[in-house]
Amino acid sequence: MGVAVRLSGISKRFGNFAANSNISLSIEEGSIHALVGENGAGKSTLTKIIYGMLQPSEGEVYIQGKPVHFTSPREAINAGIGMVHQHFMLIPSLSVAENIMLGDEHASLFQRLPLKEIKARIQKHALEFGLPVDPEAMVENLSVGEEQRVEILKLLFRNASIMIFDEPTAVLTPSEIEHLFATLRTLRDNGKTIILITHKLDEVLAVADTISVMRKGEIAGTIPAKSTTKLELAQMMVGRSVLLRVKNPPPCPGKTVLDIKDIGFCTTHGETKLHNLTLKVKAGEIYGIAGVEGNGQSELLQALYGLLPAGTSLVGEVKLKGKSLIGKNPAEITLMGVSLTPENRLRHAVILDYPVSGNLLFGRHRERSFHRGIGFNSDVLNRYTLKMIAEYDIKCTAPATQPLSSLSGGNQQKIVLARELNRPDISLLILAQPTRGVDIGAIETIHNKIIEARDRGIAILLVSSELEEIIALSTRIGCMYKGAIVHEFTAQEVALKRNSEHEFKKEIGIHIT
Amino acid sequence: MNRKTAQILIPVLSIMSALVVSMLIIIIAGRDPIMIFEKMLQGTLGSAYGTGQVLFRTTTLILVGLAVALPFKVRLFNIGAEGQLQMGAFAAAMTGAMLPPTLPSLSAVSLCVVAAMGAGACWAILAGVLKVRFGVNEVIATIMLNFIAQGITGYLLTYHFAVPSTVHTTPVIDAAVIPSLHSVTGFFAKSPANFSALLSPCVALLFWVILFKSRFGFEMRATGLQPEAAKYGGINAGMHTLTAMGIGGAAAGLGAANILLGYKHYYEAGMTGGIGFTGIAVALLAGAHPLWIMLSALFFGLLEYGGLTVNAYIPKDIFMMIEAITILLVISFSALGKRMHQ
Repeated sequence: MGVAVRLSGISKRFGNFAANSNISLSIEEGSIHALVGENGAGKSTLTKIIYGMLQPSEGEVYIQGKPVHFTSPREAINAGIGMVHQHFMLIPSLSVAENIMLGDEHASLFQRLPLKEIKARIQKHALEFGLPVDPEAMVENLSVGEEQRVEILKLLFRNASIMIFDEPTAVLTPSEIEHLFATLRTLRDNGKTIILITHKLDEVLAVADTISVMRKGEIAGTIPAKSTTKLELAQMMVGRSVLLRVKNPPPCPGKTVLDIKDIGFCTTHGETKLHNLTLKVKAGEIYGIAGVEGNGQSELLQALYGLLPAGTSLVGEVKLKGKSLIGKNPAEITLMGVSLTPENRLRHAVILDYPVSGNLLFGRHRERSFHRGIGFNSDVLNRYTLKMIAEYDIKCTAPATQPLSSLSGGNQQKIVLARELNRPDISLLILAQPTRGVDIGAIETIHNKIIEARDRGIAILLVSSELEEIIALSTRIGCMYKGAIVHEFTAQEVALKRNSEHEFKKEIGIHIT
Repeated sequence: MNRKTAQILIPVLSIMSALVVSMLIIIIAGRDPIMIFEKMLQGTLGSAYGTGQVLFRTTTLILVGLAVALPFKVRLFNIGAEGQLQMGAFAAAMTGAMLPPTLPSLSAVSLCVVAAMGAGACWAILAGVLKVRFGVNEVIATIMLNFIAQGITGYLLTYHFAVPSTVHTTPVIDAAVIPSLHSVTGFFAKSPANFSALLSPCVALLFWVILFKSRFGFEMRATGLQPEAAKYGGINAGMHTLTAMGIGGAAAGLGAANILLGYKHYYEAGMTGGIGFTGIAVALLAGAHPLWIMLSALFFGLLEYGGLTVNAYIPKDIFMMIEAITILLVISFSALGKRMHQ
C-alpha cells in the first residue's frame, strides 16, 4: 500500500497567528486515519488545506506521490478528494438522486437527466457499502443519518479515493454511529483512504487504524490505534495529565423545584415538537436529559425561558416552586431564580464584541449590586471579574478591554458558566450543552463547578447530546424522544450503572431512538 | 494593524484619497486645485464670518449626525433625519410665532426647542413603531416619512401659514430667538453662528455617556450587536428600537432649532436643504461614534460652506462629489480592512 496523502512541512499563518506550523504527516492508502485535537488545535485548517479551501503559507502537499497546489476545492475533487462536512451541503427540496448528481449531471443544457442510470448506480453503491437510502425520497424527509449517507454516496459518485469526514458523529444516534463505522470500514476495505476529524476519543479508538494528535497547530504524535489508550490520547491533546471523569459524590435531593406537567407545543407549521412531556427536578439534584438533537430539547429550553416564538403557545403546566413560568418573559423568569446557559453560546449567551468583564455582566446587568448612578460600579465589577477569572481559571490578558471573540471556546464557556452559576438566589439552573466545543482541560473545571452548584442545593436541568456527560453528572436521567420523556432512570439505577458506562450508553441509546 | 488604529486610519485614508480624486476633477475642469483650496481656506477658516458659517453648519451636522448614529448602534439605518429636521423646524416656527410676545426669553426658547425635539422624536418613533409592530424595514419607512414630512410642511406652509406673497411663515417672537454669538461676544462677524454651537458638543458628550457609560447604553449596544443574545439576556429589543429612534429624532429636532431659532427665525420652503442626508455621511465617517462625530461634522461643515465660497471658480457640485466619494471610500476601506483581518 502506498501513501495517499503526504504533507511536508506545512505551515499556515493568519496574520501573526500560526494555525498550523511545520506539519509533516503521511496518510496510508486504504486506512482510516484520525486527526484528533482540541478546538483550535488546527485540525480543520489542515483539512481545508488538503481539500483546497486554503493554501498553505509554507510546505508541500503530495497526493498519491505527486505534488499538488490546489487553489479551489474543485481541483481537489478532480484529484479524487472528497469531503463530508459537518453541516451537510444538500438541497432539501430535491430528491436523493438529484442531489447526488448535482454539479456533475453528465448532461448538456437541454438534454434529459440520466436519472434512471443514476438510480441504478445508487442501488449498487448502497448494497456494496451498506448505505441504504431511497433514491427517489426527498432530502427534506430524510433523517440526519440518511442525509449523511447521501453525502457519502455523492463522494462515491465522484470517484473520490480520499474521503475527509469532519466530525461525522456529532449529529448521529448511537446506533447510527455504529452503522457509519461499519460503512467506513467497508470503504477502507475497498481501498478508500479515510481521514476522520473528531474530538471524541472513544470513537477514534473504535474505528481508526492510525491516530494523529494535534496540539496548538502541531502534530503532537502519530500512533497506531491498537497501541494506545484514551487516557494517553487525552494527555497528548492537552499536554498534561487530565481527569476524564469528574468525582460525583452522592447527592442529597430536597424538595421539587421545577415541575413540568404534560406540556405540548406545536410550531406555526403545525409540527408537534413537545408532546405530553412531564418531569420534575428537585433541589440539589441534576436531572439529565439524554436525547438526539432535534427531539424537542430546543423547544423545551425556549419554553422554560419564555422564548417561544411569537404566535405559538404552550399547553400544560410549568411551575417553579409552585409559581407558573408560562407567559413570563426572560427578565421576569431570571428574577424568579432561574438561570440558563443556552445551547448556542456564540449566538445567545455572549456579546462577542464586549470585553470579558462586560460579558460577565451581560444578563446580570439589572442586579442592583453592580449599579452606581446611571452606569455600573467599576470597582464592584472589577472585583467580581477578577474573582471569576481566578475561580474558573479563565485565560485572558485584559479583562476590561479584550473582546470575548479573541478567547478560546472553552474560556468563553467558562465565562458563561461563571456568570450563571454565581447569580444570587438561583434555585434552578438550566444547562444546555455546557461543554460543547470546550477543551478537555476546561471540561474538568466546568464539571466540577456543576457538581459544586448541585451541592449548594440548586436544582439543575442538564441537556446534552454527549451521553458520557449525562452519565457522569446526572442524578436521574430522562430519555427524550420525539418531544416526550419516554423513559426515566431513577437515582439508584444511575448510580449503579454509571460504573459500566459502555453498557449504560447502549441502554440509553435504545430509549432515544 | 489592530482594530483601534484601523478605526482611525480608515477615515483618514478615505478623506485623503477623496481629496486626491477631487483635485483630479478640478484639474479636468480646467482649474488649479491649489488655488481653489487656498481660496476655500481663506473664505472659511481664514475669516471671522467664514469661521462662523462653518461653525453654524457644523452645529447642525453634529446634531443630525447623532440622529443617524444612535439608531445605527441598534442596527437601524435612519435615513429620515431630513424629515425629522423639517418637522422639528416647522413645529418650532409654529410654536415661536404663537407664543405671547411678553414671554421671558428663557421660557420662550425652551418651549420652542422642546416643540422641535418633540416633533422630530415623534416623526422618528413613527418609523420605529412601523418596524416593531409591523416589521416594516426602517430604511423604507424613514424614506417614505421624509416624503410625507415634505408634503405636510409644504401644504401647511402654502395654504395656511405663509405670509401672503412669500414662501415663509411669520417670524417667531423676539424672545424665542437663540442669540447669535456675534450679538453677545462680538466674534464671528455677522455669521449665523449662535449659542446652539456651544450646546451641540454637550449633546454629543451626553450621547457618548448614554451609549458607553450607562446601563441603558449597555443594553442598547448589546441589542445592536447581537439581537438574539439580547433577548436571552432579558433585554426588551423593541423598546430599544423605539427609544433609539426617539432620541435620534429629538437630536434632529435640536438641529432644526439651530437653523430656525438661531438663524432664519421663520420656516421657509426648502430651508433644511438636504442637510439631514449629509448627517448620514457624518455618522458613517465617524463610525457612529458620538465623539468622533464632532470632527466628522466639522469636515463636512467645511466642505459645505467651502463649496459655496469658491462657487465663482468652480461649481460647488464638486464638493458634493467629494463628500459622496469620501463616504464610498470609508465603506469600501472598512470592508477591505475586515477582509484583511480574516
